[in-house]
Amino acid sequence: MNAPLTKIRPELVCPAGTPAALRTAVEAGADAIYCGFRDETNARNFPGLNFDQRELEEGIRFAHQRGAKVLVAINTFPQAGRTPLWHEAVAKAEGAGADAVILADLGLVAHTTEKHPTLRRHLSVQAAAANPDAIRFWVETFGIRRVVLPRVLSVPEIAAINAEVACETEVFVFGGLCVMAEGRCSLSSHATGKSPNMTGVCSPPSHVVYAQDGDELVAKLGAYTIDRTPKGEAAPYPTLCKGRFSAGGTIGHVFEDPVSLDAVQLIPALVEAGVTAFKIEGRQRSRAYTQAVVAAFRKAVDDHMAGRPIAADMTRRLAEGQTTTAGAYKKTWR
Amino acid sequence: MTDLALPRFPRLIDRIAGRLPTLPLDLALRRFVGSLADRHPSLFSRLGEHAGKRFLIEPTDLSFAFLLAPDPAMPRLEAVKRDASGTIPVAHDARIAGPLAALIGMVHGALDGDALFFSRDIVIEGDTEAVLALRNAVDDAEIDLPAEIAVMTGPAAGTVAAMLKAMRPLAERLTGVALGRPGETA
Repeated sequence: MNAPLTKIRPELVCPAGTPAALRTAVEAGADAIYCGFRDETNARNFPGLNFDQRELEEGIRFAHQRGAKVLVAINTFPQAGRTPLWHEAVAKAEGAGADAVILADLGLVAHTTEKHPTLRRHLSVQAAAANPDAIRFWVETFGIRRVVLPRVLSVPEIAAINAEVACETEVFVFGGLCVMAEGRCSLSSHATGKSPNMTGVCSPPSHVVYAQDGDELVAKLGAYTIDRTPKGEAAPYPTLCKGRFSAGGTIGHVFEDPVSLDAVQLIPALVEAGVTAFKIEGRQRSRAYTQAVVAAFRKAVDDHMAGRPIAADMTRRLAEGQTTTAGAYKKTWR
Repeated sequence: MTDLALPRFPRLIDRIAGRLPTLPLDLALRRFVGSLADRHPSLFSRLGEHAGKRFLIEPTDLSFAFLLAPDPAMPRLEAVKRDASGTIPVAHDARIAGPLAALIGMVHGALDGDALFFSRDIVIEGDTEAVLALRNAVDDAEIDLPAEIAVMTGPAAGTVAAMLKAMRPLAERLTGVALGRPGETA
């Protein structure tokens, strides 16, 4: 507790929605890969994505042979009456040789602590542990080794947390942003009955319809028209939080702008703040995205650790809305 | 909008191709999709319930499109010509439209589907879930079209692969389409 901050080489934690993406991420320079099973136990339960047991075992073997770790995200909240699915996922991850599981639910963390005590446990961003007291509770009660911090904290706040907690911290450095705070958003559930928290899908594609209306791209989620994108303007993801609505006499992005996080220029500050791992969002993205973003951040981290300047604007075209932000890391609204 | 300058397929080549009967192309496509199913079973298993859907894959710079029915037991891929109004007159559950270079680039893992959607280079309509499943399944399959074509030729595969490799730089210059996976040098 209250250990002095030391400058550590951050681990680059990269997304893999498919076995091919896992191999791509490893070859592009990932230190660790995170992925999930093909069911409701992980928060990227999209069609055509994710791993079965055999694919996970093969992926872990591939990663380990090349010195990379594999972290398995079991980061949804178990549904009453169906908890065995989540318990089995933890057992399967351990059986496959996972280096850690990423969990969000208090009950599932307790189960894992009791039944799989040697399996390294990370706390998902979905648990929204955003202050030292909350993190201490998770660490002292359940032996959590790493906490993925919610995207609501500024860099000084992250440094303050790291000065007070006895576990590793991981922060997002690139990719989609959620309405703050993670794990507590019910917008998708309100519109479709499905949510990332319970079923692993935000704005499930089964409820999304796109149509061209004149020059406008119309996006509907369930019964709601959530955006009309004019010609020549970048299209957003079909999430309610990034929708465009009429309110207070103006039309605009009421909740959140359709932009992606890009904290590449904050790597020095985040290293200085004592962060252990940098996470790239995007398990729902393609191998092309994985290769480009992982390689860019591999180079950026290596450049910083070698004392070289970090190149800017490497991955903007891959960002939602083709626009990026430093998000809460550089709060301008407080 | 995008800093990716996607080339359009040359109109002259398309016009010539558009006047040819589709039967030889259909025969080749039938053989191609059968071979693909044999070599990449996970492509079809990843589709799950969406394997029964009909996908219209429409290169907007060609005078014809492709109708894919990825039923693992009897996969079908056929060419469908545009009618006089420029539309593709065929029933489908989902449509993916964009320049040929974008569509082939996605197949080869050279371009990101979401980025192409953000930039409005591709358009999707109909069953969004089915489109997403297909995109993800194709991305995982790591398809290399020249390699798939070469395999179809059986004993001549090695020779055909070498020929395609030699032709690739010229063909890419003429069409602007990435005719292989990134890193697979011509």
